[in-house]
Amino acid sequence: MPKRSDITSVMVIGSGPIVIGQAAEFDYSGTQACRVLREEGVRVILVNSNPATIMTDPEMADATYIEPLSVPILERIIAKERPDALLPTLGGQTALNAAIALGNAGVLEKYNVELIGASLEAIDRGEDRELFKKVVEEAGGDSARSFIAHSMEEVEHIVNDELGYPVVVRPSFTMGGLGSGIARNVEDLHRIAGAGLHYSPTNEVLIEEGLEGWKEYELELMRDRKDNVVVVCPIENVDPVGVHTGDSITVAPVFTLTDREYQKLRDIGIAIIRGVGVDTGGCNIQFAINPRNGRIVVIEMNPRVSRSSALASKATGYPIAKIAAKLALGYTLDEIHNDITETTPASFEPTIDYVVTKIPRFAFEKFPGADETLTTSMKSVGEAMALAGNFQESLGKAMRSIDKRHAGFNWDGPIPSTDEVASLLETIKIPTEHRYLQLMRAIWGGATAEQIFDATKIDPWFIDQLMQINATALEIRAAEALSPQLLRKAKKAGLSDVQISHLRGLGDQGEDVIRELRKNYGIRPVYKTVDTCAAEFDAITPYYYSTYADETELKKRDREAVIILGSGPNRIGQGIEFDYTCVHAVQELGKTYDTIMVNCNPETVSTDYDISDRLYFEPLTFEDVLEIYQAELKLGPVKGVIVQLGGQTPLSLAARLKAAGVPILGTTPESIDLAENRELFGEILEEKGLNAPRYGTALSYDEALKAAQSIGYPVLVRPSYVLGGRGMEIVLEDSQLKEYVGRALKEAQADRVVSGRLPSPLLIDKFLSDAIEVDVDALYDGKELYIGGIMEHIEEAGVHSGDAACVLPPNTLSDSQIKRLRDATLAIAEGVGVQGLINVQFAFMSNTLYVIEANPRASRTVPFASKATGTALAKAAARIMAGETIAESRRLGLLLPEGDGGDIRPGQPVAVKEAVLPFKRFRTEAGRTVDVILGPEMRSTGEVMGFDRDFPHAFAKSQIAAYETGLPTGGSCFISVNDTDKRQLPLMAARLIELGFNLYATEGTASVLRRYGIDVQVVDKLTRASSDSDDMKVVEGHGSIGKNVVDLIEEGAIDLILNTPSSRTSRSDGYSIRAAAIAADLPQFTTATEFLAALMAIEAVKSNDYEIASIQEHAQRLHELDARE
Amino acid sequence: MNPQESVTITPLNYSVHSALLVLEDGNIYVGQPYGAQGATTGEIVFSTAMTGYQETLTDPSYDRQIVVQTFPHIGNTGVNDEDVESSKIWVAGYVVRDPATQISNWRAQRSLDDDLYKYGIVGIADIDTRKLVRHLRSAGVMRAGIFSGDALLDNDGRLKRVEDLLDIVKNSPFMSGANLSQEVSTDSGYIVEPQGEFEGKEPLYTVVSVDLGVKAMSPYRMAERGCRVHVLPASSTYDDIKALNPDGVFFSNGPGDPSTADFEVEQLRKVLDAKIPFFGICFGNQLLGRALGFGTYKLKFGHRGVNQPVQDLTTGKVEITAHNHGFAVDAPKGEPVPSPFGNGHYGRVQVSHIDLNDDVVEGLQCLDIPAFSVQYHPEAAAGPHDAAYLFDRFINQMEQSKQLRG
Repeated sequence: MPKRSDITSVMVIGSGPIVIGQAAEFDYSGTQACRVLREEGVRVILVNSNPATIMTDPEMADATYIEPLSVPILERIIAKERPDALLPTLGGQTALNAAIALGNAGVLEKYNVELIGASLEAIDRGEDRELFKKVVEEAGGDSARSFIAHSMEEVEHIVNDELGYPVVVRPSFTMGGLGSGIARNVEDLHRIAGAGLHYSPTNEVLIEEGLEGWKEYELELMRDRKDNVVVVCPIENVDPVGVHTGDSITVAPVFTLTDREYQKLRDIGIAIIRGVGVDTGGCNIQFAINPRNGRIVVIEMNPRVSRSSALASKATGYPIAKIAAKLALGYTLDEIHNDITETTPASFEPTIDYVVTKIPRFAFEKFPGADETLTTSMKSVGEAMALAGNFQESLGKAMRSIDKRHAGFNWDGPIPSTDEVASLLETIKIPTEHRYLQLMRAIWGGATAEQIFDATKIDPWFIDQLMQINATALEIRAAEALSPQLLRKAKKAGLSDVQISHLRGLGDQGEDVIRELRKNYGIRPVYKTVDTCAAEFDAITPYYYSTYADETELKKRDREAVIILGSGPNRIGQGIEFDYTCVHAVQELGKTYDTIMVNCNPETVSTDYDISDRLYFEPLTFEDVLEIYQAELKLGPVKGVIVQLGGQTPLSLAARLKAAGVPILGTTPESIDLAENRELFGEILEEKGLNAPRYGTALSYDEALKAAQSIGYPVLVRPSYVLGGRGMEIVLEDSQLKEYVGRALKEAQADRVVSGRLPSPLLIDKFLSDAIEVDVDALYDGKELYIGGIMEHIEEAGVHSGDAACVLPPNTLSDSQIKRLRDATLAIAEGVGVQGLINVQFAFMSNTLYVIEANPRASRTVPFASKATGTALAKAAARIMAGETIAESRRLGLLLPEGDGGDIRPGQPVAVKEAVLPFKRFRTEAGRTVDVILGPEMRSTGEVMGFDRDFPHAFAKSQIAAYETGLPTGGSCFISVNDTDKRQLPLMAARLIELGFNLYATEGTASVLRRYGIDVQVVDKLTRASSDSDDMKVVEGHGSIGKNVVDLIEEGAIDLILNTPSSRTSRSDGYSIRAAAIAADLPQFTTATEFLAALMAIEAVKSNDYEIASIQEHAQRLHELDARE
Repeated sequence: MNPQESVTITPLNYSVHSALLVLEDGNIYVGQPYGAQGATTGEIVFSTAMTGYQETLTDPSYDRQIVVQTFPHIGNTGVNDEDVESSKIWVAGYVVRDPATQISNWRAQRSLDDDLYKYGIVGIADIDTRKLVRHLRSAGVMRAGIFSGDALLDNDGRLKRVEDLLDIVKNSPFMSGANLSQEVSTDSGYIVEPQGEFEGKEPLYTVVSVDLGVKAMSPYRMAERGCRVHVLPASSTYDDIKALNPDGVFFSNGPGDPSTADFEVEQLRKVLDAKIPFFGICFGNQLLGRALGFGTYKLKFGHRGVNQPVQDLTTGKVEITAHNHGFAVDAPKGEPVPSPFGNGHYGRVQVSHIDLNDDVVEGLQCLDIPAFSVQYHPEAAAGPHDAAYLFDRFINQMEQSKQLRG
């Protein structure tokens, strides 16, 4: 059945900003889909609010809209473009929800747009609990058993006679799952069900069979319109049910099921995809299996591509999204070729002859106070995947891919005591990110497999594998000398050279010794191909993984190669933006060189096997990268390695790689050090006559105190060499400083703290109050400077640049200020010796220019600046690193032919970048959301771009794109501002009233407004009951309406919040307000500057006269503006 | 070009504690002994299935074959008495990368190692199985031997030279020309009564299944559809079959070269002449092909796995199927042709199924007599159940035939 001829244009919806649970994998799937659709000659209309994506590059679609995914805007795009069909299954839940909303609003019908991939009915059957339960039943599957109870007697009867422990208690008709929980014993049951019966307005609770501790599996399926179904890949969760699959260590394929059991899952899965009615495309189904008797319970299904399908695609080489897009156009599986073999069809099931392990990466350090327990709600921010010849090797590779200190197993120090083992066996009952390290320590200390199983319910086969790793490690530790056999065994057990070195008592430095020994013994990794078929057929696609075995499958190259190091697992501060820049380098350099991509993040476009000439799915460590370089050197010439584009991870390898003889392209490791080393950088600034905030360094509290007092509070304190501002804090007073240093000492324990002194210095900077912060991205080729973009932060300095909203072109900077920024950037680029990209953060305080920091690498803002100015900065950077000039990139059209991104052109559209924050995900142990005040620590997971003719419209779009609710156009606004902001208060309040808002304020704020003749309703104030407690008490306000703002928020009486914190106490007072607002999804602003922007935007929202233009149209206009000048 | 810079173990670097896999073309792999120790020879083939090692090992079609598993971890779920496909392990030798040291499954009764010892299966572990499979894929399947323990020593207790081991391999029998049906078949007939919802009920149909190496799941699939299945030895004549007055006749899978099975083909032709509904699987398909007058030939490295895409040419639908065959039927694809035997003696025949990976004939459908067969394994043990409908097709054929007879 060939392609449908009635579809000539398709609208694709992307997944919007990166959030926890919905990350870069949808750029991967969306990019694949767009490429396929265009290859098929279909006109592609793409909508996505996230500029840091490859899919929103102008060449990926015919018309690309970086616009909010809201119904009114989508409708206007549909009205303009009139697509034949809408493909919503490749943009995650966001795209699916947008499609449902368009359907419900009648837009699809009105414009005669066909939903392809999955119908509204199918989406409903997949997502509605009751409908899905029916589908499962008809498919011959089981759902978790559940009963309704109205009294404690009934509850007890259900648990005692029907279900047994554990059970999940869900009160009926409560908001946001209030009162639900897992009961593991009778005390839990009385407490939770008792409260549940009380909370439920109908005194009703649902008691559901608890599947905690069951084995968990996933299947990725594809179906075509002739009803052919294939299972692409089964995935087994090493962590049993109870930990979200996104937070679990998962492996592919299945390891602990017989064929009969696996086929049963397959049969049920196929019956479900048919029953739900996914017409064409992929779906993901999750199963739980009782390890005692094999009972199978279907947990859920997603009628779309997912994070797991991206993982399955990378794990097997079967490109689910690409094939889903073809199926949506009407092809059938047998008509599509398997790219990897080119001779066999896609209507088969991949079989693999290696082991795939995925490990999540967490960011709890960013959210102090957040409960670190892993639950059924996903908390990880990224993941790494590894492929290897066996489970142990693949686990070891995956763990070191996580790229976090102390993320791998270690056997340093004395053997854990019996007491420690006993306490570890308790600790590991609660799953956290540290569980596997704790578990290995317990094994080292003598815990038995049974004890580990009893505590964790991890399948005994996996526990046995961990015990084998431990045994091998101890064998290495105890051996008199490292024999070739033992060293080979260690590598097959997944131990890195560093780990082996530590086991031999040689510490970090011994890595080189182990490597030399390996080389002498001839123990080197070989590279095998990912081929979907376990070597049954010849593979065309150069997609490789390393393993310790005999035969390598690498082929000779004719062209010179450039190796590009990716950014590894997504984390806060190093996310999709860096994958974007790497992919650009691959695309551009691929014209001249063989591009070799190295990365370990399965969510990304860069690890799509048909992006680069060669893909190594490998950890980004010194050992692994050096092996790849040396293997490639034997296959053809290698020009060098690019470390500038993948963020801090590859950058930190630069110096060692160079020392090992690897040529580094672009900015040299010495220059990188000039920018990153505070003192050296300070000397450059001094030489160039540039100001930096006063700073000092300290290794102890006393030193810190001295430095802070000589600089003067407020100060910004942080550890040296950081990314995304980890561990940064604005410190206002001595006591806070003491607290900070204490915490740093505690965290540094593993790094050998000697007598209260830190192993690496703290940096203490003058904090610039009320300053305007500016980010500049620039290219430098040694002669010419090209400003990529000047981005003015909307919040004042102090909010991390990754969390701040910013605007390009800058809103308020004068020509002379821009010139100073330009001159300073040039001076720094020159002084450091940049060849390629540089990002500099500046601040204007009282019109004095300060240099905050410089990063001689791609920054998070490169994609945003590129899209806002219609250029390809990363592609140009790649060319410069390969030795070309800026002039050449101008000629090739990668950069503007005249001037640069720092010029402000009359009529130029305005782009606003807004950060998206994950606060809803993180709760304290007491179940409250963590605090949401923005500060110097970056906590956003993603970003959106609002693009329009002027700032208010662009800002309004950015708010709609970042928060589902967008900005309200009326209703009630609560205001509580600190003393500094009180001068701006009256104008803001007056404007709010003009816009039609009712105002609520706390007494202090109300009093100021009253003096300006503005009447507001006074609410009670919430404050901490005591300084060492988080409990709040209510302080009645004068003339108060008798309610506090949290009450009002919970009643739904508030639509907008301005709440600017000042001192530490009022920060904690404001916490309960912010937490309530987060829970209620209310737009809230914690800085006055951003609130002012919001006020202007509300007007734009009211007039609803957004400009709807594709970025191709924007770019055209920018070029015409050029021409006119 | 494969720069093999990391090969450090030369073929001569082995000891009495090693196991050696010796291919007839002189390639040698040194690994660890697995299962029983000793010497074994056979045709070396690879299976790409990621699950179902127990079914594979007990499948009589693997008689005299050394099986290489491409999936690295084998033995994880142990062994149970429910999933066996016959009464013993048939493979001549077993090649795996990483055998389990811990079994884990609620149905497991013992470890795979236990069974390998029990049945004296000589195996080898810890070799680069992917390198081996890539070699077999390009060189084709061939004879091989696994040697470990005493088999590595000569009479004086010295390590044997690889040349001596290679001689043993070169003197072992070829698979082409091997007639193995009698070797694997049951000695005496037995009956599989209706199962599942038909258990204890009067059978709906009587089927004679000729055991050419039958897997337990095939008669079971018929029994769970209400059939009483008489499983007869391969030596059974048409008269033996006819004596049971069957509604249908089934020829099973099995090992060996179909071109040697003249006796079985002769009996099958009598079944076809009598217009008794016929269904064949695997070897049974090859025999139907030969009975109809088509040739059979040996594939370079065969189909062994559970992920093969087969298209039913009558519906266009694709099914994911289990395969285990080294030979195939040489029949023309496309329009039906008169059966070559007896110049259209059996009327028109159509190739009903093909493998989409390599267009190999995977099924035959007679249009004028009630007979059809498939080269792959709809009984699916191990493997997906997509092709189970073929058993329903057989039932329908028997039902129609019954009605015609009145």
